[in-house]
Amino acid sequence: MKQYIARAFDLIAGDPQADRAVPPTGFTARLTLFTAGAMAFLAVFALALSLATGRLADRWASELARTSTLRISAPDDQVDAQLRAALAVLETTPGVAAARALTADEQRALLEPWFGPDLPVEDLPIPQLIEIIEEGRGYDPTGLRARLQAEVPAAVLDDHTRWREPLVDAAGRLRSLGWVAIILIAASTGAMITLAAQAALAANAQVIRVMRLVGARDIYIARAFVRRFTLRALVGSAIGTVMGVLAVMLLPSADVAGGFLTGLGFQRAHWLWPLVIPPLAAAVAFFATRAAALRTLREQS
Amino acid sequence: MIDLENVAYSYGGAELFSQVNLTLAAGSFHFLTGPSGAGKTTLLKLCYGALQATGGQVRLFGEDAAMMDRDAVALTRRRIGVVHQDCQFLDHLPLTDNIALPLTVSGREGEAAGNLDDLMGWVGLRKQANQLPPQLSGGERQRAALARAVIMSPDVIIADEPTGNVDWEMSQRLLTLLVELNRMGKTVMIATHDMNLIRAAKSQVTTRVLRLKDRQLMQAGAEL
Repeated sequence: MKQYIARAFDLIAGDPQADRAVPPTGFTARLTLFTAGAMAFLAVFALALSLATGRLADRWASELARTSTLRISAPDDQVDAQLRAALAVLETTPGVAAARALTADEQRALLEPWFGPDLPVEDLPIPQLIEIIEEGRGYDPTGLRARLQAEVPAAVLDDHTRWREPLVDAAGRLRSLGWVAIILIAASTGAMITLAAQAALAANAQVIRVMRLVGARDIYIARAFVRRFTLRALVGSAIGTVMGVLAVMLLPSADVAGGFLTGLGFQRAHWLWPLVIPPLAAAVAFFATRAAALRTLREQS
Repeated sequence: MIDLENVAYSYGGAELFSQVNLTLAAGSFHFLTGPSGAGKTTLLKLCYGALQATGGQVRLFGEDAAMMDRDAVALTRRRIGVVHQDCQFLDHLPLTDNIALPLTVSGREGEAAGNLDDLMGWVGLRKQANQLPPQLSGGERQRAALARAVIMSPDVIIADEPTGNVDWEMSQRLLTLLVELNRMGKTVMIATHDMNLIRAAKSQVTTRVLRLKDRQLMQAGAEL
């Protein structure tokens, strides 16, 4: 490990003489900086998406799995009786930790995203909802449905199974897509830096000829290019990462936007994840440039 | 030092030369002549490992060049100083850095300080030390190329048309420097069209003159 750290510091410190031998190439320098910056910016979003969908999947999987809803659709004069009967059934059902009827305000809040504020819930034929919190291994839905059918015919049990699984599956796929996007971004960065390195090597064919003539080994020549491109990628991606993090910070907050966008961003320790992007981009640049340089030097001989 | 045994070289299906036998012994002084396109530069490149023979065997300091890896070729080149007609400098670096480049690439830049000043004086370029190569005259560039070729104190010096772009006076000056190096025990091989240069050298040092013509390398005739 110490050896790798020492080599990383050597790379950053560089060999001033070797660096001077290769003249600065403005175009490839700008191209590498821009590419690394843009890719790091996109990587921050891909990372945010992946982490957010991961959180969403976990939340849906855990929270929804522990709750279910009982809906009572009955004529106005029977609602209270059916409600009491349903609560009585639930209180004696093994695996049910708690059951409570949602208040009019809570029902209004649930409908607000679709109908807007100040919905007159009391005047509408909206079913009464009961929230059920499970405990232990949960209740037996088949048995509960049978009891409800007998004792509370107006009650319909929704244990969320129908729509929880596709949602969790969708969130899981989104998370995978986020990681695929990060891999593609890394690969694209490598490809772009390879092209830029090859352009720089081609532009410096005369320099390479002279260095070979005086006995320079391929690795010595390659090192001058590798160091430059690695540092450019590091600087460019650091700038891109900062910009990306700022952009994520400026996204609408959870409380304001609600819905799916709620979680798109970083939370707590996840804010540290973007710090990985610049070193990763530098590593991609290091290996891409090294491979391109050594391959080009072999072909030029 | 350098041995070529039945060496052939073909490019694009055409044979440039074949059955070439040549030995560059320590302290020897060779001229290589021949018409343009005969393959003089190619033969020199075989001698410093820049090309691989397509036939026969090239031995550089006892090692078969065909069996050497790229690093070994690079290390071998540090024992051979090369002077090209077009000099080949890094135009963005001052003259001193260009001349010290062989030391730099071999990690011996610390040795440059003392050697460099003496060497710049020897080739008469102290005043031009901080100039860039494009600012130098043809003769100055050739002397600088010679200084770069010898800064590592190589065993062999190979020069390809070193006097091609300079006047007679300057070519005499360059020849004097090369003869001095030979007297110090260095092996010298010069490719040239300039018969006057060869005659001038023969009056100062024992030379062997080779002629590359019609795909064969032979001892040059009595006209020299």
